[in-house]
Amino acid sequence: MKTVGKLQITTPSDREIAMTRAFDAPRHLVYDAWTKPELVKRWLGVRGGWTMPVCEIDLKVGGRYRYVWRGPTGNEMGMGGVFREVAPSERLVATEKFDDPWYEGEAVDTTTFVEKDGATTVTTTVLYSSKEARDGVLQSPMEKGVAESYDVLDEVLASSEMRREPRPA
Amino acid sequence: MYVASPPSGSPRDLDATFAALADPTRRAILARLASGEASVTEIARPFEMSQPAISKHLKVLEAAGLISTGRDAQRRPRRLEAKPLAEANLWLERYREFWEESFANLDALLDELKTAEKKRKHSKRKGDRR
Repeated sequence: MKTVGKLQITTPSDREIAMTRAFDAPRHLVYDAWTKPELVKRWLGVRGGWTMPVCEIDLKVGGRYRYVWRGPTGNEMGMGGVFREVAPSERLVATEKFDDPWYEGEAVDTTTFVEKDGATTVTTTVLYSSKEARDGVLQSPMEKGVAESYDVLDEVLASSEMRREPRPA
Repeated sequence: MYVASPPSGSPRDLDATFAALADPTRRAILARLASGEASVTEIARPFEMSQPAISKHLKVLEAAGLISTGRDAQRRPRRLEAKPLAEANLWLERYREFWEESFANLDALLDELKTAEKKRKHSKRKGDRR
């Protein structure tokens, strides 16, 4: 079965969100793409008119990283943090905080890279400072399974007039 | 990596919507109302639940702005309010889209890196033979 390309979002505990995705590449390349600014700039959040004008990564324990995205209307969003663990091609632990935070406190992200048969599975687990902060990000429908919520919403949306309404940009 | 969040849109306004959507009975009620307005009795029919219990769920949905009550004083039909649900869905979609689109970019980038690496290895081998 081809599992490459399928994004899974789960909640391992009541303070965490985990995301898993497999990539058809050896892990040293995936790790490079994850940690080298000139590569990160080319993929992370770069979509729908958004670019990443600032991407600084000081890849060492205690080193900082800083990302700034710019939207199609010139609006910017920035975030950054400090690396707590750096095990090349294996594991990264870093804090994350947004300039304009919409959840309480600082979150801690752990990213692991596992290679099997030439494909690399990346799992990022975000640990929030509290359940409330985590829920602020995902909210309960996701706890019960993103797929389920989507199915219900899809059903509701499909059978109502909503799809015809223009969506806010 | 460190952006487990969409680049725009605060979920705070959506708290009530998401809390209301967290319950399976309430989601079923919304699915029912998606096919047209209905009175409390009509809504309660498919559920093994007392009418007061259903009314409680309807109150939560109404407080979240997901449904409204029609003017007919006798029937008091409930109807679906499209906007908050569309907003909630949009937010969830954005979260997933942010990552799915980022990872699609990454897939393309990795292909490029793999090709570049193969070329480097190839030319290195060629160089060794010379």
